[in-house]
Amino acid sequence: MTGLLETSAPQKNERTGMTTTHDDQRRPIVVVTGMGVITSLGEGKAENWAKLTAGESGITTIRRFATHGLRTRIAGTIDFVEVKPFSSTTLAERLADIAIEEAVGQSGIGRKGDFPGPLFLGLAPVEVEWPQREEIARASGEMGAVDYDVLLRASANGRFSQVHARYLFGSVADHLCETFGTKGSPVSISTACASGATAIQLGVEAIRRGETEAALCVATDGSVNAEALIRFSLLSALSTKNDDPRSASKPFSNDRDGFVMAEGAGALVLESLQAARSRGARILGVITGCGELADTFHRTRPKPDGEPIADCIRSALTDANLTFGQIDYINAHGTSTSENDKIEYLGAAAVFGDLARKIPVSSNKSMIGHTLSAAGIIEVVFTLLTLEHQRIPPTINYDVPDPAIPFDVVPNKARDARVATGMSNSFGFGGQNVSLIIRREPG
Amino acid sequence: MSQFPADRRETWITGIGLVSSLGDGLEANWDALRSGRINIDLEKYAPWMIHPLAPLNLDSQILKKGDQRQMQAWQRIGTYAAGLALDSAGIKDNKEILARTDMIVAAGGGERDLHVDDAILTARIAGDMGAGAFNERLMNDLRPTLFLAQLSNLLAGNISIVHGVSGSSRTFMGEEAAGVDAIRIAWAKIAAGQSEVALVGAAHNAERKELLMLYECGGFNLKNDFASVWARSGRGFALGSGGVFLVLESRTHAEGRGAKPFARLVNVVSGHSSRSTPGGVESALGELWAALGAKENAAAIYTAATGAADGTAEEGSFLSAHGNIPVRAVGTSFGHLTEAQFPLALALASLSVSRGELVPPNDTSGRETEINEMPNQIVAVGVGHWRGEGMALVEAVS
Repeated sequence: MTGLLETSAPQKNERTGMTTTHDDQRRPIVVVTGMGVITSLGEGKAENWAKLTAGESGITTIRRFATHGLRTRIAGTIDFVEVKPFSSTTLAERLADIAIEEAVGQSGIGRKGDFPGPLFLGLAPVEVEWPQREEIARASGEMGAVDYDVLLRASANGRFSQVHARYLFGSVADHLCETFGTKGSPVSISTACASGATAIQLGVEAIRRGETEAALCVATDGSVNAEALIRFSLLSALSTKNDDPRSASKPFSNDRDGFVMAEGAGALVLESLQAARSRGARILGVITGCGELADTFHRTRPKPDGEPIADCIRSALTDANLTFGQIDYINAHGTSTSENDKIEYLGAAAVFGDLARKIPVSSNKSMIGHTLSAAGIIEVVFTLLTLEHQRIPPTINYDVPDPAIPFDVVPNKARDARVATGMSNSFGFGGQNVSLIIRREPG
Repeated sequence: MSQFPADRRETWITGIGLVSSLGDGLEANWDALRSGRINIDLEKYAPWMIHPLAPLNLDSQILKKGDQRQMQAWQRIGTYAAGLALDSAGIKDNKEILARTDMIVAAGGGERDLHVDDAILTARIAGDMGAGAFNERLMNDLRPTLFLAQLSNLLAGNISIVHGVSGSSRTFMGEEAAGVDAIRIAWAKIAAGQSEVALVGAAHNAERKELLMLYECGGFNLKNDFASVWARSGRGFALGSGGVFLVLESRTHAEGRGAKPFARLVNVVSGHSSRSTPGGVESALGELWAALGAKENAAAIYTAATGAADGTAEEGSFLSAHGNIPVRAVGTSFGHLTEAQFPLALALASLSVSRGELVPPNDTSGRETEINEMPNQIVAVGVGHWRGEGMALVEAVS
């Protein structure tokens, strides 16, 4: 990245007459000055990037809980961060801590515990989990039938006050806001599997409004517990290739059979270009366009013709003031479910035409699984690393191409390439679609 | 607290959808408020109490029975109230506008299947359910449709499907603060020219024992005797059912289609005080008040106060320092709608401004008093039971 953005004097944009700290629409340009990531592959950018570009998988047999009788017994769990007693919400919080430490550390922004901007957090929905529910039941002393009337009586008198504090939806954001000293009311977001991308979008919009010079965007997921796994399993969304965990996630392959649940977190420090330059920060990339569109077709299924996805991609291109021919790489949502991958191709093909067969498209989920609420931001971190290293991580487990999806998926081996502009797509249950466009350099 | 440039665009509230324990729609709720009626069920969950939802004609807003079946109560309430708001703004079924309407929903999660939980806990306590049987029970008893009804973002998803709102869809979580920030960001986007029209709101189902349990763990449930919010001495809140949605619109956009406003949304601010420091809430409210820019002698306050010990006491101190400003706590009449509580206070403030009338006092503590002259500005105030503070300022559009 040396040589990038070393000009310190503001330059005029010839067309608009604005200084280059603003885009063609006279909005502040939003840049990334810090990023952090943790996945089942490991902690931090260096380890993740090395393993991603080596085509390694983080998917393993689940050891965290007993999986007798379950159709799916594999996941991309993060077992090297210990949480006792296990709680998905507490794990999500720890993972966010780790990713933010790395991002803020790299950025050098603010002071320890004093981040000069708001927090936008993508998070899975929060609820009291089984161990806590069972603890309250045991405390009731009831040996016969236990129902919520019993639990209600047992939960009084303050002895479970920590259950209240932990399982508020706002609890993770409270902790992060107080730990990292973000400003204002911290915002927790759930747009299902697009949550991480939505967190970035909210940060970009706040900076473009001139509300803040910086924003801390993070998304985290520690959801691999029995009930959550079973819920997705009952929707027939998960891969059941339990015998060979590392090859279970097969985005765009003809023999794909569902996604693999996974955990992780990503964090980005966003700043206005002006603020970043004025403190001499190293600029890691630019978020030039955000597109969003809600699909009204169905609660879990995208519209079969992919048009909402296409319109989402188009709105991102419009926001970035780019044409489709300027996209060098697509970091796909690519979940490895039959439906997503097919319709993602249709949506992309509707925008990119013949180029949809030529632009490299890879899915990080082939290696890290589907990190759900965190996926949108983790995959933007990896897209930024792709731009930095000019090297595209592969889609692994791609042995049997799906003839209906003629993407160039960068099969199985990383590829060196000239990549100035990348697109990262995220789609979620509830018709959530977000596309983000990321460039190496401003202007 | 958010700073915002002075050259912001004017934002109007052009639609309000409201259902609650007091009724279905604006007229029913307004009439109940004027009569001081309170709908609270002291028996069903005794010693706990809740404000149950008034009967709704769901078919009038959610036409397909199949859609109704795909939702849990909180989603039906919210989808219904969102439909009322779109009707109220005159954009229901206007595909061109709905396709670019930005939506922000403040949401908790969905109802659990309590029978499944009861059966599993009973077996676990009796010692006759190991991990295998636990898994098997969940595999057999959890319903896939219930999972979708539990996802926080599926209220927004259902609104998209049923009403065709598809410009954008964002769901904020985080109890009361989510309701404040949903309004704040929807407003800020319009004020800054990032959006022209937005649907924003929340819904809440009070009849959930697992929610009662969560708040009971923290000691926040009002028990045994009902009292007005200011007369509870910190005994907490009675959960209330209801849904509140607002349509926010740039003045230009509203005038362009001939829409009439309920009120002008002048400013929205939010904060996050450290609740571990005594006086933190009061001082945060002071800063928010200063940033809001309300006219001290021309405003009334509609507060989403919860009745929880520390927050409401400190809010009381803040209000006492502004003793000339008439105050109404919406929680006395409606109960606590959590994510929807601040949108509720703002909806009622907007309605009052448009009708030129404050709702009468409903309080035995003496804090809420009659007024002689209707102010032309009202401030909605929100202080979360655990975290988060916010304010919004509305005024009459003459």
